[in-house]
Amino acid sequence: MTWDVALILGIDGLANGAVYLLAGLGLVLIFSVTRVVFVPFGDVAAFSALSLAAFETGRLPPTVGLVLCLALLTTVAEVVRLVRRHEAAAIPRAVLGWGLLPALPCLLAWALAGRGAPHALLIVSAILLVVPITPLVARLALQPIADASVLVLLIASLALHFLLSGLGLLFFGPEGFRTAPLASGGITLPGGLPVSGQVILMLASAIVLSALFFLAFERTVPGKALRATAVNRIGARLVGIRPARTALLAYGCASLLAGLIGVLVAPVMTMYYDSGFLIGLKAFVAAIIGGLVSYPLTAIGALAVGVVEAFGSFFSGALKDVIVFSLLIPVLMLRSALVKHAEEEQEEIEA
Amino acid sequence: MKALLRATTFAAAALLSIAATAADLKIGLSVSLSGPNSSLGVPYANGMKAAVAMQPEIAGRKVQLIVLDDASDPTTSGRNARKLVDEEKVDILMGSSGVPATIAISQVGKESKTPMIGLSPIQLAPTEIDWTVTVAQPPQLMIDAIVDRMKANGVKTVGYIGFADAWGDLVYNALVKASEPAGIKVVTNERYARADQSVTGQVLKIVAARPDAVMTGGAGTPGALPYLALQERGFKGGIYGQHGLVNADFLRVAGAAASGSFVPTGPVIVADQLPAAYPTKKVTQDFRTTYQKVIGQPSTDAFSAYSFDAYRVFADAAQRVLTAQKVEPGTPQFRQALRDGIFSTKEVVGAHGVYNFKPGNIYGVDERARVIVRVDNGQWKLAP
Repeated sequence: MTWDVALILGIDGLANGAVYLLAGLGLVLIFSVTRVVFVPFGDVAAFSALSLAAFETGRLPPTVGLVLCLALLTTVAEVVRLVRRHEAAAIPRAVLGWGLLPALPCLLAWALAGRGAPHALLIVSAILLVVPITPLVARLALQPIADASVLVLLIASLALHFLLSGLGLLFFGPEGFRTAPLASGGITLPGGLPVSGQVILMLASAIVLSALFFLAFERTVPGKALRATAVNRIGARLVGIRPARTALLAYGCASLLAGLIGVLVAPVMTMYYDSGFLIGLKAFVAAIIGGLVSYPLTAIGALAVGVVEAFGSFFSGALKDVIVFSLLIPVLMLRSALVKHAEEEQEEIEA
Repeated sequence: MKALLRATTFAAAALLSIAATAADLKIGLSVSLSGPNSSLGVPYANGMKAAVAMQPEIAGRKVQLIVLDDASDPTTSGRNARKLVDEEKVDILMGSSGVPATIAISQVGKESKTPMIGLSPIQLAPTEIDWTVTVAQPPQLMIDAIVDRMKANGVKTVGYIGFADAWGDLVYNALVKASEPAGIKVVTNERYARADQSVTGQVLKIVAARPDAVMTGGAGTPGALPYLALQERGFKGGIYGQHGLVNADFLRVAGAAASGSFVPTGPVIVADQLPAAYPTKKVTQDFRTTYQKVIGQPSTDAFSAYSFDAYRVFADAAQRVLTAQKVEPGTPQFRQALRDGIFSTKEVVGAHGVYNFKPGNIYGVDERARVIVRVDNGQWKLAP
């Protein structure tokens, strides 16, 4: 291996790592607020990529049907719940929030599809289109069991993944898609190594979005509410933070992140209806490195996963994924050696 | 009035059942009409419908086609085959859209002594092929053609990148076997998974080995990945593929990166560009006209033509059996005779090639079942 090869692999790894970083942030955000390991995260990313691909071929993305179905189901579930609790007065609000609000991006998509709208608008529409998916499925499947154990929540979210990827096959078909490049050109590093604009864009978005995350958590009230819920649900409730509300916010933010990931990777990866799962799984490795609570450690872990993956594919293409997932073993051993009594603390919070 | 109606219905039903059992030839087809393989299974079923519509009677007997869906699951495929044999008493089994599913059907065929025409390139142990033939081209035939083309283009060393699965192995082994006598050296054996999103590492290794050309062992849209990565790394040598890549979605995803690369395929893909004297040209045109009429859309894929060819082979054998012997369809004697008939097929012209089946060989095509095409401006162009 020469320096050139190592540099190319390093940059390729960092670009992949940037994607895992964003996905890892989303996973940690959802887990810390709701204790759910949100497996379908990658599926939502794949949906946004495939929506953009559908826009580019001049079709209305099938995602519209998915979102509208989910919105309808959720509205019905919410209305039934309110009627049972004799809170009929809250029904209009529920219909507005669960039924009409998710329909807005669908309306936008319908207005844009096949009319030669500018590419940037299509990208925005594709991202917005998948934003309601996570909150809606979470409201339908996860909120009713929000107080169950972590394992039950994990199994429910695994089932959600299979449901969503099955729906993905139904809506988008088995073939893969690539979208038009977001950034053309690129720069040449000193030493004559070209770096494509797309890679720079991926790295820049990871940096900017992580910075935005940091600012939102440190400086805004909803961000502080999210942090408070993550640290201690009971305590947060005592000071007037509604866990259901913050969970919804967390799901919404994660969905937005997933949408961004989808359109970022679609020009460089061939996206299939089930491609998202592997992205989510590698982001999960990163999140484990961060202990599912620490954002900075997750970020470092994500970049490490990306770089290890790139070098792994050079040394042995067939064993690439084995190498990446083997990272988990030393990390878990190290964590269990360093962190003492973590389980007892956890129980205290849940009690 | 009611009694009359009942009597008529009864009589009609009785007539129908007599008509169905007395003399009809029955084809049992199991393909994937749903699930991930349905993009192959639906054209397979449509091709068979068109073929039956083109020749609805063989030696004065009506042909009855029974199509079952295996939902892309080999287990269901085997169950379908059993159902077709036990309940429908079919004279011949055909299928399916994947290699494992096709093998499952052929096992039922062997057990129940029912002849079977496969639509996928399967490989079976010599003891398993007494009742099975396939209309698909053997991979070695295709790879031999592409290696010949490499030799003609002056390639001395070739790098290989393919799937990390059975298909990748099969293509690699065929490549090694064909390239040795041609004096071409295979310098790399890189693999990637179908679901992988990047092959930068593998491609860097290939580029570092500086081969004259690269051979890819992928299929469909995931097979486009090495083309894109090689273009990104500025690889200037030729890229050669194999028939697993040939579909419209591959061209869409690979785009300009595949331009100028060579692939072997059945002549049906470029039927319009074939010279008028090419043996399969007229049959292909007839098939396409019928397909358009029966299904209502043009046939541009390779799959529908495979089932069309399977029907041609069956029709030819059934014709010979029914004119020469006094055996009734639906009986074990007929199935035995039909099997012998299929294994003595001589020069049956289909859309994919010209078929000659002999006992002991599951494949029945020769050099006339392959052409080399070049990707040119997002189109397959015949490269004679």
